Amino acid sequence: MSTVVLLAVTGLGLGALYFLVASGLSLIFGLMDVLNFAHGALLSIGAYGSWWAASGHLPGAGSSGAGFVLAVAFGTAVGTLAAVVLELALIRPLYQRPREQVLATVGVGLAVPALLSAIWGADARPFPGPHALSGTFGLLGARIPVNRLVLVGAALLVLAALRLFLGRTRHGLVVRAGVEDRAMVTALGIDVRRAFTLVFAIGGAAAALGGALGGLYYGSVDPGQGTSLLIFAFVVVVMGGMGSVAGAALAAAGVGLVQQFANYYTASGLGDLAVVVLLAALLLLRPSGLTGRLA
Amino acid sequence: MSAATEPLLAVRGLRVVLGGRHILHGVDLDVAPSGVTALLGRNGAGKTTTVRGVLGLVPRTGSVRFAGAETVRLATHDLVRRGIGYAPEDRGVFAGLTVAENLRLAERAGAGAPDYPLVYELFPELRERARQSAGTLSGGQQQMVAIARTLLNGNRLIIADEPTKGLAPRVVTEVAQVLERAAQAVPVLLVEQNLALVRRLAASCVVLADGRTAHRGPAADLLADAVATRRLLGVGSNSPAHEEADA
Repeated sequence: MSTVVLLAVTGLGLGALYFLVASGLSLIFGLMDVLNFAHGALLSIGAYGSWWAASGHLPGAGSSGAGFVLAVAFGTAVGTLAAVVLELALIRPLYQRPREQVLATVGVGLAVPALLSAIWGADARPFPGPHALSGTFGLLGARIPVNRLVLVGAALLVLAALRLFLGRTRHGLVVRAGVEDRAMVTALGIDVRRAFTLVFAIGGAAAALGGALGGLYYGSVDPGQGTSLLIFAFVVVVMGGMGSVAGAALAAAGVGLVQQFANYYTASGLGDLAVVVLLAALLLLRPSGLTGRLA
Repeated sequence: MSAATEPLLAVRGLRVVLGGRHILHGVDLDVAPSGVTALLGRNGAGKTTTVRGVLGLVPRTGSVRFAGAETVRLATHDLVRRGIGYAPEDRGVFAGLTVAENLRLAERAGAGAPDYPLVYELFPELRERARQSAGTLSGGQQQMVAIARTLLNGNRLIIADEPTKGLAPRVVTEVAQVLERAAQAVPVLLVEQNLALVRRLAASCVVLADGRTAHRGPAADLLADAVATRRLLGVGSNSPAHEEADA
């Protein structure tokens, strides 16, 4: 029983990480038809930003208490900024050339990890987290690491914030309409490119937050983290339905759980395979994704 | 040309190439500063592409002067903000949004208070269905949303692309009445296959054939000339084309 509980909570924690990456990826693809292969790089930037700040390089930031919150906020802000720069400098000039656009994002997705390992080395760096978050707590007989809950909590907060943004604000309305029919949005007199930058900023912020919290989950940061998470995030996006935030949340939880349970009860590594099988089955049965709708 | 008679929209030599295919080879088109101007032509003549080209929704060359200024280099949203309401052929209603959200999206900052009283007077149904998802509306109701969006912002020009296509006869009459009323205040460029409707609403018309302007003149003159109508549009001017649309 305790093993099942531990696997479930860990699976949900991993799912939360997937969701933080996939929600932005899904919105970006839904609105802009851009497959952002650089999204994992945004996660890595967030992770290294938080690690750098928490390791005492940023005045006021640190590995505990308010200092740690500041470090995470710093990493998230740097990731957000990187996402905005990426959209303005690289994605926007290439809108009429989707093939070059994909190649450009692939290039950034390769260059950023290379740059990170050039500066800080290819080896994993221990991530300094607060003592309170490195412990465990008891749940139904299992000892659960606290950081799993932090991840799930953060993912739920991001989900709620995204739903509020999409459902209640004018910008959110533009994004939802743009996912359906971008040309018609411009034909109503709306500059949809602003929504593009905004969605990139939101997606970058979520991914960078995922990077910072992923540091807690894994206990370390390394240059390849973003890339390996990105693969599963793409699976989540496809399963959840392109452009659907709620679908991404559902799919992320499902993928995280299947992966954990399959890796534990069968051979290690089969869980990753199981996820791909799940994706194939879903594509055959429900091609429009789990929910088939946005938000 | 005096200001009163100068066309509100003047299109010259509009060319559109899509996927290497030349769709428009040089369309000339004037929209009078008042009343309804009909854009006619057989299927595939380039009517919808002309409208989309005017709005910049497809890459185009040539000259598009709106309200006296050249706009061919403007982005779609910048041109539309100068006062164009567009009801596209597929209605362009956002299925996942509610009726109220569809209308709210069309509200334009800087265009004054959105004219909801007018919209709800013309389409009381839209008020009742405000919270209904637009994807669950009937075709006629979706067309009402599409037309309502063009009336919200006090536009200077309304472009309606086959607004009666596929609608039941009773709804066609309703849409026609709304267009007639709207045209009293705002000039309308109407793409339409229903010649009975054109006869009723349009003062002048432009006929396209194979991506070129084939005829320009008063609508009544063209429709009175059975030979020219058959030659340009492939139908007798007395044949009620809407029977086809209703099918």
